[in-house]
Amino acid sequence: MTVLAIAEHRRGELRDVSFELATAGRDLADATDGDLHLAVIGGAVEAFVDRLDREGVDVIHTIDEGEEFNHDVYVQAVEALYDEVEPDTLLMPNSVNGLDYAPAVANRLSLPLVTDAIDIEHDGGLAVTREKYGWPPAEGTDDTEVRAFDADIDESAVRSAVTGFQEVGGGDVDISEAEVLVSVGRGIEDEENIALIEALAETLDATLSSSRPIVDNGWLPKNRQVGQSGKQVTPEVYIAIGISGAVQHVAGMKGAETIVAINTDSNAPIYDLADYGIVDDLFEVVPALIEEFGGEPPEV
Amino acid sequence: MVAGGQFRPMKILIAVTEVAEVEDDFEIEGLGVAEQYLDYDLNEWDDYAIEEGVQLQEAGEDVEVVSVTIGPERSEETIRMGLAKGVDRAIRVWDDALEEREELGVETKADVLAAVVEDEAPDLVLTGVQSNDDAFGATGVALAEEIGFEWAAVVNTLDLDPGGSVASVHRELEGGVEELTDVELPAVLTIQTGINEPRYASLRGIRQAQSKEIAPKSLGDLGLDESVTESPITLTQLYEPETESDATVFEGSPDEEADQLADLLRETGVVEG
Ligand SMILES: Cc1cc2nc3c(=O)[nH]c(=O)nc-3n(C[C@H](O)[C@H](O)[C@H](O)COP(=O)(O)OP(=O)(O)OC[C@H]3O[C@@H](n4cnc5c(N)ncnc54)[C@H](O)[C@@H]3O)c2cc1C
Ligand SMILES: Nc1ncnc2c1ncn2[C@@H]1O[C@H](COP(=O)(O)O)[C@@H](O)[C@H]1O
Repeated sequence: MTVLAIAEHRRGELRDVSFELATAGRDLADATDGDLHLAVIGGAVEAFVDRLDREGVDVIHTIDEGEEFNHDVYVQAVEALYDEVEPDTLLMPNSVNGLDYAPAVANRLSLPLVTDAIDIEHDGGLAVTREKYGWPPAEGTDDTEVRAFDADIDESAVRSAVTGFQEVGGGDVDISEAEVLVSVGRGIEDEENIALIEALAETLDATLSSSRPIVDNGWLPKNRQVGQSGKQVTPEVYIAIGISGAVQHVAGMKGAETIVAINTDSNAPIYDLADYGIVDDLFEVVPALIEEFGGEPPEV
Repeated sequence: MVAGGQFRPMKILIAVTEVAEVEDDFEIEGLGVAEQYLDYDLNEWDDYAIEEGVQLQEAGEDVEVVSVTIGPERSEETIRMGLAKGVDRAIRVWDDALEEREELGVETKADVLAAVVEDEAPDLVLTGVQSNDDAFGATGVALAEEIGFEWAAVVNTLDLDPGGSVASVHRELEGGVEELTDVELPAVLTIQTGINEPRYASLRGIRQAQSKEIAPKSLGDLGLDESVTESPITLTQLYEPETESDATVFEGSPDEEADQLADLLRETGVVEG
């Protein structure tokens, strides 16, 4: 089968998900002796081609249109390319930008859409498994055919415009530099209870971080958030307290050396990752731990 | 508010769904989780969408906020939560043909919501980024394409004068970067958590919600037929991923557990004391 995969880039950088798509696309094409086509839309297309040109990629299509991602352009470009290549399967990234154009492409082309795919098998049709993440990047070479493609974009259909970017979560603390992170999640229940985890961090001379809901609630500033939309961290020790271990959280901390989980639910996905765990109530365990290190747990 | 010296009423449609939450211990029956292990609640993302819509209404003079839900009678409890927080009226679409499906696909949801948009002709449609149970993360954008509205996905800041013709949004990208984008109306925006602080319903709001309208609609009422429930995707299996856990679990009383963890932390050499 012919597979067409769409690379992703942002502000001049190709994003790693492009290689994950290429690997998945190659596996799928192999299952039927088919071809893998990649497309790169907009930005520094030539530079991206150099990086995408890897073993197992049969054709790379470049569409030199604009600098940054614009979904109106992407939808039109993918549609035009789909008509040209006639692939059996289209692969797009399950990224924030992917979620901004893949559903529209599927709807426009009347193709069934499966998001958040973690495994794809060819069994006559496609058997797709959803939830979770990850393929390792592919090996590289450079004998791939590169075709410039004119997608003939209708500018009048472009009804949104990127006006800029903004970095968020700056400030005095950089959690990505910390050696030990004590991280708090929704299991903490109340804003006042954060003091307990703060006291633990202080006692251990560690840095305080959190999952997203804690930041969404305004209990901690954005620069403390670990995860897909927060910071990626690689501390020597990561202590996840009352954190379930959702994919978007794990994306930010799976590189930690030693992971410790404190969570009442022994089935929580964080335990798939944890090296050590305490399946018990954080409100009992954390004060005991503070005392172990000679600290004074606050009343919560 | 008067924008551009001109007053124009505005209608906001919010897609609101109830989601099933699974208890810690559960069993799978066929293609679903056995009903006794499920609790239903308002989708977290939709709570933020409701708050955003209600805040726009409060900032404007003639802004109507309507919610739409595709769901069984049970979901009226969830719908009332929105009404109690300030949504003016609600539409609930359900039908035997929808009931029969194990899972409603993105296409089906988008087609049904599109028919409601056609009836209501809103200026702005808000959805959540994703539903916590199905987690397609796709209904809002598919809907936008279906109805020919412009859109923006994963919005965590919205700036819009009621009556204005452009929404200025921030889209939350990965890694702490936000994209600033201007979107022409009418538009669909998928709302990310954290965009605002969802209010709690007041007692007065809860009382008022009792007398607000929840209009029931069948597929036929919307000019649709059973064919919208068809999908090229079939759910074939639901399973609990095998736990890959090889974590060492410390056992005992909380004190004993803490003691073992303390020893471990001391051994790593990064924690002193
Ligand atoms: C586009 C997008 C981007 C996202 N980006 C991020 C991101 O960057 N970072 C992030 O973290 N999330 C992100 N999320 C959200 C993510 O999907 C989860 O909703 C979130 O990570 C859940 O946080 P949590 O684990 O703290 O809460 P929950 O999932 O609610 O988990 C709470 C845990 O606490 C445990 N618990 C409860 N009480 C106790 C107790 N007394 N003692 C011990 N344990 C207890 C429970 O068993 C449960 O496992 C994103 C989502 C989307 C859609
Ligand atoms: N059954 C439904 N009824 C109304 N709106 C829905 C329904 N399912 C999904 N939505 C909307 O679409 C958003 C994304 O859902 P999903 O694409 O299923 O992850 C939700 O946050 C809702 O705003």
